[in-house]
Amino acid sequence: MSNCKKPGASERLYKAFIYFVLIAMAVTILVPVAWAFMASIKENAEFYGNPWTLPAGFYWQNFVEAWNTAKMGEYMFNSVVVTALALGLLLIVALPAAYALSRFQFRGRAILKTCFMAGLFINVNYIVVPIFLMLRDGDMWLKKMIGDGFLLNNMFVLALVYAATALPFTIYLLSSYFATLPHDFEEAAYIDGAGYARTMFSVIFPMAKPSIITVVLFNFLLFWNEYIISMTLLSSADGARTLPVGLLNLMQAQQSAANYGPMYAGLVLVMLPTLILYICVQKNLTEGMTVGGLKG
Amino acid sequence: MKKNIGRGGFLAACIAPAAILFFIFMILPTLNVFRMSLYQRGAYSPEETFIGFKNFMMLLNDAQFIRSMQNTILLVVVVTIVTFAMALIFAGILTREKIKGQNFFRIVFYIPNILSIVVIAGIFSAIYKPENGMLNSILGLFMDMTNPILWKGESLVMLSIVMAMIWQAVGYYMVMYMASMSAVPLTMYESAQLDGANRVQQFFQITIPLIWTNIRTTLTFFIISTINMAFLFVKAMTSGGPNGASEVALSYMYSQKDAGLFGYSMAIGVVVFLFSFALSALVNKVTERQTLEY
Repeated sequence: MSNCKKPGASERLYKAFIYFVLIAMAVTILVPVAWAFMASIKENAEFYGNPWTLPAGFYWQNFVEAWNTAKMGEYMFNSVVVTALALGLLLIVALPAAYALSRFQFRGRAILKTCFMAGLFINVNYIVVPIFLMLRDGDMWLKKMIGDGFLLNNMFVLALVYAATALPFTIYLLSSYFATLPHDFEEAAYIDGAGYARTMFSVIFPMAKPSIITVVLFNFLLFWNEYIISMTLLSSADGARTLPVGLLNLMQAQQSAANYGPMYAGLVLVMLPTLILYICVQKNLTEGMTVGGLKG
Repeated sequence: MKKNIGRGGFLAACIAPAAILFFIFMILPTLNVFRMSLYQRGAYSPEETFIGFKNFMMLLNDAQFIRSMQNTILLVVVVTIVTFAMALIFAGILTREKIKGQNFFRIVFYIPNILSIVVIAGIFSAIYKPENGMLNSILGLFMDMTNPILWKGESLVMLSIVMAMIWQAVGYYMVMYMASMSAVPLTMYESAQLDGANRVQQFFQITIPLIWTNIRTTLTFFIISTINMAFLFVKAMTSGGPNGASEVALSYMYSQKDAGLFGYSMAIGVVVFLFSFALSALVNKVTERQTLEY
């Protein structure tokens, strides 16, 4: 039996090679991220020497400057509002729809399901221009009717667009979970006298908690990190921005001004919440992903 | 009878909000992409004139568009092949071999996937910086760096984007394949070992065929997603520069929108849309195999 043999020299070499490759890959991921953290507390003069020197001290001024002068504090607040709103809207809309589509037989169900499935193939990057034009035309019309347009540069509308574009994936994921539950639950609830809505809210939704958590995690990352739609729909020069777009502007400004510290401070502000969340829930995330098995 | 009305009302109340949102913000814009590609539209007025396929004719003679399509195809091919090869090999190693700290590696490899593309662009701008950049300072240990390598210069910019995209994607797919590979029964490997199959043979003749369905699905989605990711990376890392050397199809589409050429921009959208569908249908056809059960 080969299992009983002591590991030979080639075996050990193979093992060492595997560890070398794995560690090399882990280093290429961890070092740049850690480097960005260190750069965020370096003084500007430190950026002109060897990039591998440790920071001379904690130069918090970078964060103060990013937070106030570059308005990253305000943008962070915006991002929190937009992400929370979008998540709330998404759950309110997607949960009942997924429930109805997966547990009831009715006319038009197959067509509706096919439509939502087809939505998985529509990427927002293709349709961001028509969405922008639709909202701009709407604003023009509103200006004519009531004197003021409010569709563009509106964080609520941005959250609504986020929620709408996340619907196909969310409904797909929730439906496939609801479909696995036995029908006995509903029958028992009906016999006890609960109506459809009552059954849905107090029997089915509490059971769907694990898949709701998966949905919230994925869409949180999606909404928090998104920048193309946000950049397009919040486009007025002095209007509101979300955090990633603020960082993008900061990066472009810093390229000419060569003031690196605040840029890396801004970068840390964008990625810190996602990293903290990831450390807390990494098990849910890496296990949950096998449920969906795809991403946009 | 009353119960029937209640049921219909309940179902309508459940589905209507989702259906309306989906229609307004996904179906309608998608139809508009196709419709607007046949029109010319003023930059500031909603007036449209029908011009047939003129926008598409113009595309054929637009050197910048052709270059952006070439870049897109280059990215799709190279990033897909390297990412899938690396993800499959790493997943194979991590599930088959007893590795200390397996969980640690899994957690670390997934990190790039949770970062915003803008953050990744910022990190890579520090890596690629010509003077005092991370990459050049490491290479400086082995070679002369009096003329620093310009990673975002015209000749190397595509390679730089490829590396950043692979850096971001490998971990996600690796974690995914680890899940499907660990479902392959161990007895398969044991009997293969008795028959004298080595690791490489086991990988190609057991692991890969048994998770083929999964590879096939992810491949199709990866191709579609790479066309989009290329846009996100290019927009944040280079904005298509220098001199349009890193422009990809969707970033070119977006720049035409910024220029106010909405009809033209949407014609590009239609071409990319059809291209991505054709490509994934082709890949789906080419990778068709008999499904193996275990």
